[in-house]
Amino acid sequence: MTNPYIPILIMGGLALLLGVGGLAASAVIGPKRYNKVKVDAYECGIQPTPHAVGMGRFPIKYYLVAMTFIIFDIEVVFLYPWAVAFSELAVFGLVAMMGFLFLITVPFVYEWRRGGLDWD
Amino acid sequence: MTAFVPPEIDWAALTPILIVLGTAVLMVLIEAFVPTRVRRAVQTVLAVVALGGALVAVAWRWGVVQSQGGSELVGGALLEDGPALFTQGVLLLLSFAGVLIIADRYQGEDAFAPTGAAIPGSTYEEEARRAGLVQTEVFPLTMFAVGGMLVFPAAGDLLTMFIALEVLSLPLYLLSGLSRRRRLLSQEASLKYFLLGAFSSAFFLMGMALLYGYSGSIRLSEIAKAVPAMAGMDSLLLAGVVLVIVGLLFKVGAVPFHAWVPDVYQGAPTPITGFMAACTKVAAFGALLRFVYVVTPGLTWDLSAFLWGIAILTMVVGTVLAIVQTDMKRTLAYSSIAHAGFVLLGIIALDVRGISSVLFYLLAYGLATIGAFGLVALVRERDAEGNITGEASHLSQWAGLGRRSPVLSVCFALFLLSFAGIPLTAGFIGKFAVFSAAIAGGAWPLVVIAVLASAAAAFFYVRIIVLMFFTEPATTADGRETTVVAGEGLTTVAVLLCAVGTVLLGVLPSPILDLAASAAKFML
Repeated sequence: MTNPYIPILIMGGLALLLGVGGLAASAVIGPKRYNKVKVDAYECGIQPTPHAVGMGRFPIKYYLVAMTFIIFDIEVVFLYPWAVAFSELAVFGLVAMMGFLFLITVPFVYEWRRGGLDWD
Repeated sequence: MTAFVPPEIDWAALTPILIVLGTAVLMVLIEAFVPTRVRRAVQTVLAVVALGGALVAVAWRWGVVQSQGGSELVGGALLEDGPALFTQGVLLLLSFAGVLIIADRYQGEDAFAPTGAAIPGSTYEEEARRAGLVQTEVFPLTMFAVGGMLVFPAAGDLLTMFIALEVLSLPLYLLSGLSRRRRLLSQEASLKYFLLGAFSSAFFLMGMALLYGYSGSIRLSEIAKAVPAMAGMDSLLLAGVVLVIVGLLFKVGAVPFHAWVPDVYQGAPTPITGFMAACTKVAAFGALLRFVYVVTPGLTWDLSAFLWGIAILTMVVGTVLAIVQTDMKRTLAYSSIAHAGFVLLGIIALDVRGISSVLFYLLAYGLATIGAFGLVALVRERDAEGNITGEASHLSQWAGLGRRSPVLSVCFALFLLSFAGIPLTAGFIGKFAVFSAAIAGGAWPLVVIAVLASAAAAFFYVRIIVLMFFTEPATTADGRETTVVAGEGLTTVAVLLCAVGTVLLGVLPSPILDLAASAAKFML
């Protein structure tokens, strides 16, 4: 009998091959034309290098939206399986989910009260 | 497929954890609704009351466990037994002192940045400082960290242990970036801590996955049962166990997983450094103790070389590098690494006396650590105009401090002597207990190295004492000198608590030693 973990090993080998292969292929085949934007640090939503204008502040709206999204994202990740197994989990599931929903609302309330949802 | 059975929840047994985490949630709501003026006072009082209340709850549960034995809670996700409750008690006591130091202020300024998001040195930051802004979020964050620490050593399965690890780590990553002064160093510390913490979490998760693949369960007791039953998959088991232990050793700060310790301890706000150095280490050793004692007794032969190597490296590297440091916080950081090595001796012993000695050592080490960092936060620089600025953390700035402020220096010397393990301090009893447990467990070569490392470590502790009491104070060219600020008295209370504890444990150790011994009997 072969070891049941050999398929996993093969899978891991394939994954490694795919990752390294992609990098190697783009290094060999890909054109290398650099410009200023291309070598700049990548930052999503804002200027990557904030200048001292506005007293050295930079907007964090984007991060707040992203984090708010994560709050609700996590909520749905747990709500969906709960909905599928609702009748089986019965009262225990209901109480546990209500507790979870309350706890996840707390940071949202904090964000709202502290002005995290005001765009300007 | 089996039908779902809801787990029995013994709410009474969960009270210590519920008090702390419930208060933390309440504190977030306070941040949202209570006006700025009173927020700070409310948060401080709430934190102190909650930690005190949780300590009382732990004492009550201790009585229950003594009479009825330990039990599994929430379907085995959490355990209530002697070592868990003892560790939780130690954690609550230490974080009580830690919160007092965190809450302390001098001239209305605490140790934290007025606005963490401001670019260091910008006018915006200066304006925020002038306006007297405070980030009272520090308190709920600390409480969440304490909540995670309480769960960590009581976890009965690997998933709960991992969640507790993250709950205690995430607030600490943030807190270590909030130092009021030396902002860049602090932000660097925060980022390093976060990256290496995430790295170590990956180790832990990978180990967990391998152990699940091996035994079909994430429950510690089930994995332990599978160890003698399953043959032919040793590599999976060993890899899993080693990876989980590596994840825990990262948090403990054992060599070679220590690289973050000096940078983070130096960059973080000093009250947070003290809290982190004492409490994180206690919680992580609690979890490591449980994992090693429950899962690995059948693997002693395979694991001993690994654990011995780590213990030797930790003791030697921690001690040697502590000797060459010139910064007080870095010296204490390396000394804490060396102490992690000494505690590992008790864990390697794999013996009931090993458990009780580790528990006692953690209390002794934690008291001295919180106290020492609390005092470091009070020793400041004064420039030529008489303004008090940042901490005077360079060793040379501590010269002659014994003459200017004898009480502080005597307390600091006491904590150093306890670190060094001089008789009549808690550190001596702790070292003695751990070393004798290790000898009983057959690890005498390790004890020889540990004694040599202790002797070498005593050199730099004594050097600091000599510096404070027998050296002339140094003045710098630009007229800066070292001074000691008084604060609002909260640090004084916390430091006195630690000093009294250190002396009491050194002179009359038997009640706590008995307590630790009876805790060890109730390990599930």
